[in-house]
Amino acid sequence: MVHPRHNAPLSDTALRVKALESLLVEKGLVDPQALDALIDTYENKVGPHNGARVVARAWTDPAYKRRLLEDATSAIAELGYTGIQGEDMVVVENTPEVHNMVVCTLCSCYPWPTLGLPPNWYKSAPYRSRAVIDPRGVLSEFGIAVPDTAEVRVWDSNAELRYFVLPMRPEGTEEMNENELAGLVTRDSMIGTGLPKTGAAGASAKADTQRRRK
Amino acid sequence: MNGAHDLGGMHGLGSIDAEPNEPVFHEEWERRMFGLFIATFAGGHFNVDEFRHAIERMDPAHYLESPYYEHWLHSCETLLVESGAISRKELDARVAKLEKEAK
Repeated sequence: MVHPRHNAPLSDTALRVKALESLLVEKGLVDPQALDALIDTYENKVGPHNGARVVARAWTDPAYKRRLLEDATSAIAELGYTGIQGEDMVVVENTPEVHNMVVCTLCSCYPWPTLGLPPNWYKSAPYRSRAVIDPRGVLSEFGIAVPDTAEVRVWDSNAELRYFVLPMRPEGTEEMNENELAGLVTRDSMIGTGLPKTGAAGASAKADTQRRRK
Repeated sequence: MNGAHDLGGMHGLGSIDAEPNEPVFHEEWERRMFGLFIATFAGGHFNVDEFRHAIERMDPAHYLESPYYEHWLHSCETLLVESGAISRKELDARVAKLEKEAK
């Protein structure tokens, strides 16, 4: 995808957004500072690191995992992740027999409190159209080969329900604690178009996370 | 509503283009549009169903061609005009004013 340069003249769309903001601010319907804070929250604070905490907890605490699968919204709220686009959550568990993946064929429904805002490909026509008709083909493009013996289940999100995949805990991670495990959980593994990193990759992921927080 | 947005199962829409280390927003206008949506939604100007329905009312060809956050712009404009919070006339006038200033 080609993106215009940042110093290019404003596109018609950019101009219209600016006009809308200026009008709404002038009428007192929008507070520009509140707008900045909202943007900062979703750009810098909410993201897949939240969902990774949920997954790592489920991997290490069987009682939590049970609650998560029974009432995902409450179990996720226990960790403090609540809010718009996460009001009604359903967690689907990957097993050797079942691989789950999530799509929103109609638009872009996605669990914001746990995953942040969706990537462009998730909102794009190619993914939305193909995920439900050729899920194995889509998964292979993401580098995932689900064995023929396993079932692929595709969950079509909607404005009422948001799905979230609980990936399988990678082998060889028995010695890792919850924090270390969270470092293995990728965004795509919670959409179902990826797998968690393996134990060996975890150490560098953890270092990345620490760098980002500084 | 069965329209151009109902993409599940369609063929020929191209390959999936996943961008490594994708930023949350690609353009400043997308960032502002996101904030405007949250602020007007939280301000009670419309609910999520109305917001999506206004996207689904877009011209189908334009819907398929336009970037994601332009759908949000279209929906916000439509609903705010319909609710009377702003008028199409003052919005057009503001666009024209900013266009003139940018030249």
